[in-house]
Amino acid sequence: MSDPLLQVKGLGVRFPVRRRRFGAPPQWLTALDDVHLEIEAGRSLGVVGESGCGKSTLARAILALVEPHAGEIRWRGAAVRRSDPAGLRRMRRELQVVFQDPFGSLDPRMSIGESVAEALDALEGLTESAAVRSRVAAVLEEVGLDPSLARRYPHELSGGQCQRAAIARATVVRPRLLICDEAVSALDVSVQAQIVNLLSALSVRHGMALMFISHNLAVVRHLCDEVLVLYLGHVVERGPRESVFSAPRHPYTRALLAAVPEPDPASAPAAEPIVVLPGRSGAAPPARGCVFQARCPRVDALCASQSPSLAEAGPAHVTACHHWQTLEAWPAGSR
Amino acid sequence: MTAAPLLSIRDLSVDFVTPRGRVQAVREASLDVASGECLAVVGESGSGKSQLFLACLGLLAARGATRGSARFQGQELLGASAAALNAVRGTRIAMVFQDPMNALTPHLSIGRQLGEVLLDRGLASPQEAHERSLAALQGVGLADAESRLQQYPHELSGGQRQRVAVAMALMTRPELLIADEPTTALDVTVQAQVLQVLRRARRDGLAMVLITHDLGVVAGIADRVAIMYAGRIVEIAPVRELFAAPAHPYAAALLEAVPRLSEASVGRLRSIEGQPPTPGEIVQGCAFAPRCPDVAAICRREAPALRPAATRAVACHVPRIRPDRES
Repeated sequence: MSDPLLQVKGLGVRFPVRRRRFGAPPQWLTALDDVHLEIEAGRSLGVVGESGCGKSTLARAILALVEPHAGEIRWRGAAVRRSDPAGLRRMRRELQVVFQDPFGSLDPRMSIGESVAEALDALEGLTESAAVRSRVAAVLEEVGLDPSLARRYPHELSGGQCQRAAIARATVVRPRLLICDEAVSALDVSVQAQIVNLLSALSVRHGMALMFISHNLAVVRHLCDEVLVLYLGHVVERGPRESVFSAPRHPYTRALLAAVPEPDPASAPAAEPIVVLPGRSGAAPPARGCVFQARCPRVDALCASQSPSLAEAGPAHVTACHHWQTLEAWPAGSR
Repeated sequence: MTAAPLLSIRDLSVDFVTPRGRVQAVREASLDVASGECLAVVGESGSGKSQLFLACLGLLAARGATRGSARFQGQELLGASAAALNAVRGTRIAMVFQDPMNALTPHLSIGRQLGEVLLDRGLASPQEAHERSLAALQGVGLADAESRLQQYPHELSGGQRQRVAVAMALMTRPELLIADEPTTALDVTVQAQVLQVLRRARRDGLAMVLITHDLGVVAGIADRVAIMYAGRIVEIAPVRELFAAPAHPYAAALLEAVPRLSEASVGRLRSIEGQPPTPGEIVQGCAFAPRCPDVAAICRREAPALRPAATRAVACHVPRIRPDRES
């Protein structure tokens, strides 16, 4: 078995926050703590959690846009370091990203064709105009855009078309892994379905792996082979799609799933339908014990004193809960 | 529905004059909202769902022009004087918007802002205003309501702010609440909290118009649903009937495009090919015809009118009598 495409080992990222007084030691906000994950070639991993859970920081750390203070990231077996520009350049040819706002990721003064061509120039050194033109036209067609749109500017396109252009720009260099950070969140439902189908088709056709960061659990269930649930920078559950969605082993995952309103009035109980998770995902994890203790229905003295480590709850399925074996049956109630 | 509707909109159109010509944001929309009912208005960006209700309340941007009629308890709102509108807006019809930060004044305490709603209208004494502010915050499920009154908007999270915005909207005990994407910016867990607050308000008899693009939210709270496409209402139906058997091909396609959490859906999502017409684009015939799987020759010539049929109304030349989707 060769090395996985991407390995994240014990990753920790923290940011300095306001000092209480000048000269005082900085205080730290822990954005990610001891995160482990792997993505194999051609596989898709969904990363879910509430805002502030560290989803985007994880993507930024993998892209070497923020400096981790602990752990390491290995790309095809080799450590990724911000101090190694040549290594980063090699990795970035193979690792591309699509963000939520397509208008923000395309230069408003460059035509769509120029934006895509720029990626070819920067990452492959391809500048010969006929070759560039044919590659640009081919990738635009592949993402479902008429090649004549190469001459248009971002403001002339709709949100869905712009997101297709951003995907074209990211995939023109045939990356091995595409990180999608809320890439379909700003789109209307009908367009969202188009883009999800496009990502899925590209992934299958080129064996491209996906890391799909989203707060939309239904889309993740549809698109991803594996799911990772983050809470306040900690992995609380990770496992194969079916196993996590049909038998979640962490109270937080359960609360997240239960909070998603299903588009089916027959399944929505009229009176007091949903399990409402109290409180919110705060900025600071507790000093001791389980990160989820403040909102957990199953909290006890053990949770307050000791942080649970990831335990094997099924094949390739791990959960960080002291009580995972005694959680009530799922689906709970009517779900 | 025996009583007269609370809000009755007839043939309401909204035009905007832009440098690129006239844009018809809403075209001949007609709908009723009954006392105590929740009508969800669903559509994609640019479908006109927000403009329709902004127009009813006289809140259009300066370039906007409205035609038609919107009666609230029999009183015509379109073209009404500012004084007449102000007697209704925020008092008998309250609003909640997507971004609660815009609804709250950053430099005033929560207590001051909530109290002002009543004090400015002469509806309560300062003591009563304080008590009702406190009760309103407790009503939306905020813990420590007393200390929240002293806090400022920036000290609250997004979900807490939205609950304050709902509490503020309900201060005057309005008859109708218009909520425009009230949970769109929130996490699902926080969305569930806000929806619970809205559901409770409904149980107390409040009528509600919920403008949203999230069909999951619609399913959990609405009595009836109006679906809008390119400025027109294409279908209005009771929520269960619509989800079980949408009559308009756009409504059907929209329902199919939503991935479901409860189904292990693999393979392709049913998507709607193409794009909605851009605002200002002149569309001959039905606006959905270029994307419609059921399109017939007449659809490209003539825009279908919204025709009532039993419990629903549909604007389609070829409505689906028996949809192929399982119910």
